[in-house]
Amino acid sequence: MKAMSQVTGQAISLPDADIDTDIIYPARFLLITEKKGLGRYAFADRRDSPDFPIREDEDRPILVAGPNFGCGSSREQAPWAIGDLGIRVIIAESFGDIFANNCFRNGMLPIRLAPAEVEAVRASAENGATITVDLVSRTITGAGTAIPFTVPESQRETLLNGWNDTTRILALHAEDVTAFEAVQQCAAPWLWTTRK
Amino acid sequence: MPRTLYEKLWDAHVVAEAGDKALLYIDRHLLHEVSTPQSFQALREDGLQVRRPDTQLAVADHSVPTHDRGGAIADPQAAAQIALLERNCAHFGIEYIALVGENQGIVHVIGPEQGFTLPGITLVCGDSHTSTHGAFGALAFGVGASECGTVMATQTLWQAKTRTLRVTFTGKLQPGVSAKDMALAFIGIVGASGATGYAVEYAGEAVEALSMEGRMTLCNMTIEAGARTGLVAPDGKTFAYLHGRSRAPQGLAWEQAVAAWRALPSDADAKFDREIVIDASEIAPQVTFGTSPDQVMPIGGSLPGGDKLAKAMRYMDVHAGDLIEGLGIDHAFIGSCTNGRIEDLRSAAAVIRGGHVAPGVRALVVPGSMRVKAQAEAEGLDTLFTQAGFEWREPGCSLCVAMNDDRLPPGARCASTSNRNFEGRQGVGARTHLMSPAMVAAAAIAGRIVDVREVLA
Repeated sequence: MKAMSQVTGQAISLPDADIDTDIIYPARFLLITEKKGLGRYAFADRRDSPDFPIREDEDRPILVAGPNFGCGSSREQAPWAIGDLGIRVIIAESFGDIFANNCFRNGMLPIRLAPAEVEAVRASAENGATITVDLVSRTITGAGTAIPFTVPESQRETLLNGWNDTTRILALHAEDVTAFEAVQQCAAPWLWTTRK
Repeated sequence: MPRTLYEKLWDAHVVAEAGDKALLYIDRHLLHEVSTPQSFQALREDGLQVRRPDTQLAVADHSVPTHDRGGAIADPQAAAQIALLERNCAHFGIEYIALVGENQGIVHVIGPEQGFTLPGITLVCGDSHTSTHGAFGALAFGVGASECGTVMATQTLWQAKTRTLRVTFTGKLQPGVSAKDMALAFIGIVGASGATGYAVEYAGEAVEALSMEGRMTLCNMTIEAGARTGLVAPDGKTFAYLHGRSRAPQGLAWEQAVAAWRALPSDADAKFDREIVIDASEIAPQVTFGTSPDQVMPIGGSLPGGDKLAKAMRYMDVHAGDLIEGLGIDHAFIGSCTNGRIEDLRSAAAVIRGGHVAPGVRALVVPGSMRVKAQAEAEGLDTLFTQAGFEWREPGCSLCVAMNDDRLPPGARCASTSNRNFEGRQGVGARTHLMSPAMVAAAAIAGRIVDVREVLA
């Protein structure tokens, strides 16, 4: 996974509430079994609208979204597609839980802020200001604003280091898993007999 | 210290702890064709194996056609995706349920009906409606494709413990009102993100009175309020449903398991972080009018207005002040992991009463699984449906996700038992009104949205 410490650039403002993952990545494109190059399908059913703010040749790495961004389906194609457009940070009042998890798993940072703070960043975005999101100091700066943010420490560490969850669990916790399994085989033996 | 059901499930699966997270052991993993191609690819790239293939079960449901089962799949992308799941499962030693077999069906229907889903377990699937399995007192939640890969390779996931929310439904449901109406009413009250960050436990007289099918419907819709997990305490109904299911424990193991499961319900004095009480006897049949499941109202109401709803109502072509009752439809869909079980089909069939699907309406009944289909056919429900002008299909997600060839044209208005009324969910530009199976059947016959209580009176 790509490590992240600081992201600097312009931001896109997409203020609509409840942008679900079907809007981000319509279901008909889920038939594609790849994870790369999906940016061309992002927001496919909204792109044609002249006032839709996200472009196909997007070069702005920050998205200032509306509340409950990424709600709905667990499809990881949503962050893959957004990430493929070069977006690495999404700022919103709230996120769909699974979507936010999926972002972290792909080197992207979802940041939750209070509504007034989201609007302050949005104002900067709409003025075309250059914004810096610093994961080390946990601050958003740009156009006179300096907004601190919080992020779960474990997620922050993973992003800063670009860790792969799977291989890291295998490297650090193999014995813990084996020990757990030994206990569970005694405590709940019915979970250890395969039936069809 | 007294604990909630969620806390008991959590505590029983902690492998390791680090700061704000715990490494949770995952007992069961359900796989389908859409969310796993990239998970298997990640395993290959990292040179990893599946740790416990015996805990994994795969089936194709999202992109499968719901007609001509057994024939060639016309859509080459869907055919390739389904074939890829079968190949991946063969390569990694995971059991794959054949598309043409008697056990195929929607992943959240077949898990419980085969006894793969059990109380007290952790279960994940690359699908947000995995919350369904919480109806059995299992800690079940949807994950992304990357997490599916982690589960396959390690049998674990790092998770942050969530807060707990108990939703107590007091009293008894009125006739013609169902678990779907309870779910929609709850989502309407709490909002589409109102339960985000919580594990929801449903309790109270009306929940205890629900069948396992009803409890699954209720837990299934939990994600539409933002919560990944919905739970119901296991009880005699849970055990009776599971007893004798093909993958459930048998004999002495069954006795041992039930004894352990009886200790799962939340302790009487357990503290929840938040409580909501809803009077079930006051719930009327619910209908969504917008493009988010919380944009919902009782059948007798008139449509609300306001700037926040304007965009959704424009998309839906509905207007403030109008009644939702009487709104004409041209499609009806009965099925999905929310409402594709035998009880759902029975409740829809019971509304037909010699009627016929209205002229200009196309109505689909898509059983949730081959076993549901066989049961319905044994009861003669298929004949009731087809004689009334409904199409009787093969199992799959169908019009709930519109990934196969069941898609609605732009502007179509559909009464649907599915779980999401999102823009374009049933086809680009199509309009979805979520409601119960009985309400959809009544709408199909009337050609417009009606109050099923009047049909049944």
